[in-house]
Amino acid sequence: MRVTFNANGREVEADDVWEGESLLFMLRERLGLPGSKNACEQGECGSCTVYLDGSPVCSCLVAAGQVQDREVRTVEGLADAETGLDPVQQAFIDAGAVQCGFCTPGLLVQTHDLLEREPQPSDSDIREALSGNLCRCTGYEKIMDAVRLASARKCHTSEVSQ
Amino acid sequence: MSTRTIRGEKNLQDITTAHPDGIGGSPLRPDGTLKVKGEFAYSSDLWHEDMLWGMALRSPHAHAKILSIDISEALTQPGVYAVMTHDDIPGSKLYGLEVVDQPAIATGKVRYHGEAVAIIAADHPETARRALAKIKVEYEVLPPITTEEQCLDPETYGYVHSPEEYKAHASGNIVHQQKVVSGLGVTDEVRALADVVVVGDYEVGMQDQAFLGPESGLAVPAEDGGIDLYIATQWLHVDRQQIAPVLGLPENKVRLTLAGVGGAFGGREDLSMQIHACLLAQRTGKPVKIVYSREESFFGHVHRHPAKMRYEHGATRDGKLVYMDARIVLDGGAYASASPAVVGNASSLSVGPYEIPNVNVLAVALYSNNPSCGAMRGFGAVQACFAYESQLDKLAAELGMDPVELRQLNAVSQGSYLPTGQMIDAPAPVAELLQKVKDLPLPQPLDLANLDIRELPGALSNTSHGEGIVRGVGYAVGLKNVGFSEGFDDYSTARVRLEVIGGEPVAMVHTAMAEVGQGGVTVHGQIARTELGVERVTIHPANTEVGSAGSTSASRQTYMTGGAVKLAAEAVRNELFNLGRSRYGWTYNDLSLVGGKVVSASAGVLISMVDLLGDHAIDLTREHHHRPTVPFDKETGQGFGHVQYTFCAHRAVVDVDIELGLVKVVELAAAQDVGKALNPLSVIGQIQGGSTQGLGLAVMEEIITRDGKVRNPSFTDYLIPTILDTPPQPVEIMELADPHAPYGLRGVGEAPTLSSTPAIVSAIRAATGLALMRVPVRPEHITGT
Repeated sequence: MRVTFNANGREVEADDVWEGESLLFMLRERLGLPGSKNACEQGECGSCTVYLDGSPVCSCLVAAGQVQDREVRTVEGLADAETGLDPVQQAFIDAGAVQCGFCTPGLLVQTHDLLEREPQPSDSDIREALSGNLCRCTGYEKIMDAVRLASARKCHTSEVSQ
Repeated sequence: MSTRTIRGEKNLQDITTAHPDGIGGSPLRPDGTLKVKGEFAYSSDLWHEDMLWGMALRSPHAHAKILSIDISEALTQPGVYAVMTHDDIPGSKLYGLEVVDQPAIATGKVRYHGEAVAIIAADHPETARRALAKIKVEYEVLPPITTEEQCLDPETYGYVHSPEEYKAHASGNIVHQQKVVSGLGVTDEVRALADVVVVGDYEVGMQDQAFLGPESGLAVPAEDGGIDLYIATQWLHVDRQQIAPVLGLPENKVRLTLAGVGGAFGGREDLSMQIHACLLAQRTGKPVKIVYSREESFFGHVHRHPAKMRYEHGATRDGKLVYMDARIVLDGGAYASASPAVVGNASSLSVGPYEIPNVNVLAVALYSNNPSCGAMRGFGAVQACFAYESQLDKLAAELGMDPVELRQLNAVSQGSYLPTGQMIDAPAPVAELLQKVKDLPLPQPLDLANLDIRELPGALSNTSHGEGIVRGVGYAVGLKNVGFSEGFDDYSTARVRLEVIGGEPVAMVHTAMAEVGQGGVTVHGQIARTELGVERVTIHPANTEVGSAGSTSASRQTYMTGGAVKLAAEAVRNELFNLGRSRYGWTYNDLSLVGGKVVSASAGVLISMVDLLGDHAIDLTREHHHRPTVPFDKETGQGFGHVQYTFCAHRAVVDVDIELGLVKVVELAAAQDVGKALNPLSVIGQIQGGSTQGLGLAVMEEIITRDGKVRNPSFTDYLIPTILDTPPQPVEIMELADPHAPYGLRGVGEAPTLSSTPAIVSAIRAATGLALMRVPVRPEHITGT
């Protein structure tokens, strides 16, 4: 089948999609967007998290055909072409929250969503929001640091702009 | 927040060139931006025009004879390009990391659940999956040999590998064994010297590395009849050494390039899909990509050896250890993998960081029809540490002593002898590390008036609002070696090139080191900046065009390949100085490279590197060998067997819901001597990550087998710590230089994984009063239901 949808602000089309394919497979193997990761492909690890019409979902649990005419935003679509990395991306690098980096794309999307909803989350809020994203390298401490840092920078920026 | 302590009379930091992004700084990862943008190419992201998808058919049985394999129907499926069995292997049928005992594709027999019996290449993963289902394998199922009793009685229960097939060092169903005897050993006379004796039977379950990036890679057939393999591994050269004979190719026709690695932790030391992808590419003449699913990943790599350990300690009334007797039985599973080295570690490190005058130890790894076990972070030492630290707690209770004081009283220090007869000839601040975690402020007690249930055991499951919650505190410390041991020369190679690019001096570092997330590429850049005084460093992709870098394991890469980069950079620097000497007749012997300039301490700036180099490039390769070690004596375990020792201590604070048996680790504090923190940010990240894997082993992680069959091969059923399970982790770093190591550094990665587990279990014991002889501790162990 053919699937037409919006990926990172661009209308895209995937051909010869087998009906059983996931959104994750279509993104990675048919559209050249391998940023979303395939760590478990059963909805347990969060490494494939993408926005679907503005809500974070595990793209491995969404059938490719379900995104027809909808909007998908992946880790590749977080950075702004003009301003560079999103503050969440920069904070993950600065805080040392990236080791092997396989969990990073999913965590970035999930954190991005958290800070959109709650610009100044408590530590418990952060842990709750990210509890569906497994990381095996960092022990999560640097990820906590990164989210706090991104939150502080975003709040600072919005104060300045006000 | 983490704190950092620097000690040492003359820290090596004082004598190395200060550069903010050199050693001792925390510059950002060179691959960080690609990784956060989703553009870093992991092995599962590779794509090639016309590529096929490879897949393996795996045995549903733990032990069976293969009577026949019929691939005819699978071969006729549209989109299927090749189906191969062991008959189609052009070269050697067997491979192995330490013992060549594992069939590339099962030959005549399967010895574990999930062993590959056929492989397939097709145009889509689903085509491959459906075609696999058409392969007809006729098995004669045999009773699996799975328990220690069965393994040790081959007359009754049979052999995992028949006697004529034995390739391992030992015999029967024993892969390898090692004894260690020191002092008077453990005899009745020695036992009589002790006032207090504690005995315990301990058990460690089978842990999985659970790296997130699944085994994957892309094999591309080359015009010269060779294969180019892009692969996530821990050691490119040893992969090639095992792959080439199976393909019937000389090593120079098998070229490996490291693809992005999504974590490793020992699980990529053995081959997984490498040979299968290469065989299918060879057969079809097309590029073949293999990506394991998570379920296949659980079958596709070795795990941490489960262990059964009987420990006996004797001490005087005032707490001095008199003797230790230990028997450590490790289940190695169907194939040897790294079992011999794991046995070497388990036996030689079995006493922990304690001075014990009389010791008798036997460690043994068995062949069984359970999943194969091999390398995982801290291997051999992790299992022993749970046992000896549990014993020290038990002894402290028996003596009525403070458990930290008992440990400090018996702790090794520089100059102590281990039971192998090896003297610790570098700082060993074991007592100090324990004191550091003990002196940290304790976390706040639960505030019942202002509870956030997300911070309680059970958390969002809303299982408690504070009732039935008891807090406990526990301590542990461990002993780990760094680098390959027992006479193995695991040298590393590095190539450093210095030239002018775009008007500035640029260093290029080329090694075959597998960057698996640990940050070796960051450290290589730091070393080059420090040694060459340049700003810009580029890291060449890791491949087999340069000599071996050894394995990214055994906490060795910064020591070994970092050391090689240092040697090569120093050689480049000397060559540059010689260039200046020959050209300008310099006679200075106080030269250094700072800020892109050649500087004499007495005469000041002599020339810029740009002017000195001109169009000339200096390109040198050096090998770094650690000081030699020797094999342990088979009967006594005596020998200078280890390169370096490393120590980490933990304090764990837990809240236990004693009614439901749920555990929440409230805080996990660590103190570690790292010799020299080349990159403090990465060092702390390693310690916290390693500690968290120990947390997983303490309270949740285990591969469950029944009659050799794996029951939980998924992240739904095999649990690893989430961010909700993981507490704040303050880290104290000590930097006592090891005079034998480059920059005085000490390998960091594994030590934190050892003591984290027993510290947490000790805290649970403190909260519950239970003995808890096994990890992972499950709710039913706490509730007794």
